[in-house]
Amino acid sequence: MMSTSEVIKLIDTTRCTACRGCQVACKQWNELPGLRTKNRGSYQNPPDLGWNTWTLIRFQEYVNEKGTFKWLFRKDGCMHCTDAGCVKVCPSGALYHTEYGTVGIKKDLCIGCKECTAACPFEIPRYNRRTDKMTKCDLCLTRLQANQQPACVKSCPTGALSIGPKDKMLTAAYDRVKVLGGDANVYGDKFLGGTHVLYVLSEKPEVYDKLPKSPSIPLSVTVWKDWLKPLTWIAGGGVIAGSLLHYILHGPKRPYPEVDQGDHAERGK
Amino acid sequence: MTNHYIDLKNSDVILIMGSNAAEHHPIAFKWILRAKEQNGARLIHVDPRYTRTSARCDYHVPLRSGTDIAFLGGMIHYILTNHKYFRDYVVNYTNASFIVSKDFSFNDGLFSGYDPAKRKYNKDTWVFEKDDKGVPKRDMTLNDPQCVFQLLKKHFSRYTLDKVSSITGVSKENLTKVYAEYSATGVPDKAGTECYALGWTHHTTGSQIIRTMSIIQLLLGNMGIAGGGVNALRGEPNVQGSTDHAILYNILPGYLKMPPASLDTLEKYLEKNTPKSNDPQSANYYQNYPKFTVSFLKSMFGDKAVKENDFGYSWLPKVDDGVAYSLMHLFDKMYEGKVKGLFVVGTDPAVSSPNTAKVRKALEKLDWMVGENIFDNETYSFWKGPGVDPKKVKTEVFLLPASATMEKEGSQSNSGRWVQWKYKAAESPEDAIPVGEITIKIMAAVKALYAKEGGACPAPILNLKWDYTDAKGRYDALKVSKQINGYFLKDTVVDDKGVKTLYKKGQTVPTFGMLQADGSTSSGNWIMAGSFDAKGLNKMTLRGKDDPTGLGLYPNWSYAWPLNRRIIYNRASCDINGKPYNPKRRLLEWTGDKWVGDVPDGPWPPMADKAKGKYPFIMKPDGLGALFGPGMVEGPFPEHYEPLEGPLTKNPLSGQLINPAIEIFKSDMDKVANADAKFPYVCTTYSCTEHWCSGALTRWQAWLLEMQPELYVEIGEKLAQEKGIQNGSRVKVQSVRGQVECVAMVTKRFQPFTVEGKTVHQVGLPFNYGWLFPKDGGDSTNFLTPTVGDANTFCPEYKAFMVNVVKL
Repeated sequence: MMSTSEVIKLIDTTRCTACRGCQVACKQWNELPGLRTKNRGSYQNPPDLGWNTWTLIRFQEYVNEKGTFKWLFRKDGCMHCTDAGCVKVCPSGALYHTEYGTVGIKKDLCIGCKECTAACPFEIPRYNRRTDKMTKCDLCLTRLQANQQPACVKSCPTGALSIGPKDKMLTAAYDRVKVLGGDANVYGDKFLGGTHVLYVLSEKPEVYDKLPKSPSIPLSVTVWKDWLKPLTWIAGGGVIAGSLLHYILHGPKRPYPEVDQGDHAERGK
Repeated sequence: MTNHYIDLKNSDVILIMGSNAAEHHPIAFKWILRAKEQNGARLIHVDPRYTRTSARCDYHVPLRSGTDIAFLGGMIHYILTNHKYFRDYVVNYTNASFIVSKDFSFNDGLFSGYDPAKRKYNKDTWVFEKDDKGVPKRDMTLNDPQCVFQLLKKHFSRYTLDKVSSITGVSKENLTKVYAEYSATGVPDKAGTECYALGWTHHTTGSQIIRTMSIIQLLLGNMGIAGGGVNALRGEPNVQGSTDHAILYNILPGYLKMPPASLDTLEKYLEKNTPKSNDPQSANYYQNYPKFTVSFLKSMFGDKAVKENDFGYSWLPKVDDGVAYSLMHLFDKMYEGKVKGLFVVGTDPAVSSPNTAKVRKALEKLDWMVGENIFDNETYSFWKGPGVDPKKVKTEVFLLPASATMEKEGSQSNSGRWVQWKYKAAESPEDAIPVGEITIKIMAAVKALYAKEGGACPAPILNLKWDYTDAKGRYDALKVSKQINGYFLKDTVVDDKGVKTLYKKGQTVPTFGMLQADGSTSSGNWIMAGSFDAKGLNKMTLRGKDDPTGLGLYPNWSYAWPLNRRIIYNRASCDINGKPYNPKRRLLEWTGDKWVGDVPDGPWPPMADKAKGKYPFIMKPDGLGALFGPGMVEGPFPEHYEPLEGPLTKNPLSGQLINPAIEIFKSDMDKVANADAKFPYVCTTYSCTEHWCSGALTRWQAWLLEMQPELYVEIGEKLAQEKGIQNGSRVKVQSVRGQVECVAMVTKRFQPFTVEGKTVHQVGLPFNYGWLFPKDGGDSTNFLTPTVGDANTFCPEYKAFMVNVVKL
């Protein structure tokens, strides 16, 4: 089913019923625990991505300019960029591009420096305090290599999630948008060298919570990659360089607390 | 379902009303989306709240919970006054032309024959005029003022846009929009379908809501066609299979009637339940009732059932005449102290039954309870529940570990009547065994005790033929299934149009058409006769993917009852000459000597053949779709009544506030607060995608609990503002019967209604939580709900009652 050339996972939000089969399938396949949560007045739970939540349906109540109410569902998770800030910034080589063009993660190499989070325009990688490692979706790399769909795609009952060769999925996305009309648009192919996760959105990108309109790699990452990263060779190790960089750019801030202390103000509905 | 899940893709307009299909039938919902993508179908969601289903439909129309008949009655009025009905279909395939007795009447909300003391109708006037041959008189012009069509028109003339809007809280604009779009399917080449679920059945008027929709579907010619029908979306708990096999108190397997005490002989029972028709064109298929009944008795009692002893009819338990035995009656009697022991198998009534406080109190009056389940739940542990002192509870509780569904072989029926065989995927943990095996072991022990000690009325127990164990003495699902299908009990030659076939004793019966009333066949459930062929092939295991009609019937995938018919009443998809009304979707076609396509509702020619042809609705005594339906307890036409507990003191349509035929429970714990200022908000309850039923299985699952961790109440922004309730804060929801604490989910998805000129707010809660686990997840929502149910089925009213919401 999967060739070894570039693939794209298509998330068609107009077919999503927010059943969250994908959210559970991801946890099941990747052996991520379900944690005790609270209901904070929303179906969205956990309230944000976290070390144990690599994909999440965001629920958003939205009223458009015509006064029409819509309940928007967006499956959030790694976009698997071609120009991937996380790969650029990773000092240890833990984050890398796979044979499918997706971004894989070699857990053993991760030093938990958290730079990938700062470098990611979508704020995807999350830190696991217990293991001192970063975590994120790897598009079920081992499943792809075994000719299987990612767990989320496999679980999707309505066809909102699909995966296939890059060109085929791009065509499918644009065909779908043509049928939908209105503000429907394809999101993902026009920036960061083209992402390997594409959205068909029913609304303009700026309508969606936590979705940057024009994502780009932070300037600091470019600075790091082009000017400072070569120095790491001289410095003789990623650990020191990573810590140094973190201190220079951000100070001692932890990028994300664990999921259960998630940001209440930014929860969706 | 009259149709089946895949068939939803063949529809042009899908009305989802009384169902939250996307959340509760997430897999089936893909066929609804496919209809949109392939046919450009319109998807309409009419529901008290905006749900994940609404989000995927073309639009959502909110209506006040409990006013569905008013909404649909308005649609009937619209169809009739705007001539949107499919006249050819209505004239030929429904009882629209039948002349109703002049003694029949309808006045101020009541039909003729009402006895207010008994809250019951005498139906003697709900009958048709008959000619000298005993055939109903008809006026094919539909002009006779006493014909069904004219009476229907008159009845629903009161359901004007203004009136319906004022009752339901739906704007006139929205009403017209839905009526116009849906009734546009009243033409030969369009199909409209309706999907409902517990949003309709959980009302005191539930059965009549479904009947109102059936009337609409008959008027529009949407019954019996691909992409049409009235479709109950039944759930994963094998609801279809359990009703087919008589989980309800009022039926025997295959929907045969439960015998009451007054029908004390087989002859009386068959006389009462075998319908008669003098119309030669009516197949009146239920004239075979005696064959199904005797074959059932033979499956129960084997060789002990002989003609001389009425095939053991007297050994069947009988219910008291006029007495119902629903779940609510069960707990009512238990609360009175009249029930001593209880088996609770795979269910959690201390969470899921209405009026939880009464249910839990009733459980304390039991001497013993036996539970069979895969987990403990609030029912089995009621004796240590909140506010209960274990020292004061006398009930002895036994909990037997049961196998989970994937740990056993057997059949499972989906909503489309497809009975699919499944195999064991894993061994059961430790001592767990299938509930079938538990039942057999217990029955064997009971039998041994009766054999040893005698006791009262031992014959039914001792004569029971349960040879369902394998060589190792274990429960054998295949043996049970074969007995359900049925056997030839002696060598039989069957003559089918001159072709004679010999079936040997012990062969499985290949169709219910071969069942006999003389004791020569057995069948545990006549609708399943045909699930095996005569050679013993289990058709439920079939997995053929061929689709010869292109309509998604997949005739070689599993077995659909009856007789592998995928869409029932399918002869109505053709005109009276057997030509498909819709050439794009040829479900069935008469070729001059036979039907091709789906398995037809009987082999007879189409009804234009006056000599051999039959009407399409073969299970109805008159052979035609019933616009006038005297089988219902509250009237042959549906009528809007308010819920037992609602915001109004007067029914805007009549002087009859509530359904006149519902039973009112009168214990000291059955309080009602209609239009009471202390409980001003309409409340409805439901499940969520992430949990299943009472949550007794899913709350233990960390990934599911993480997504929906605790009880919440959905409240509109306006009401929340009035009450000063913040999103995510704790609140108390109270009814006159009880209260629950939970999280407030303040949302734009709930909007207030304008009802009879006043603002009415509505709130809603899921019913998936209980005190046992998680400890801080909240207790049963059913502390709020009333003990009252549908007048025909006693399905409880979980969907419309009154509450207050208090900030904590």
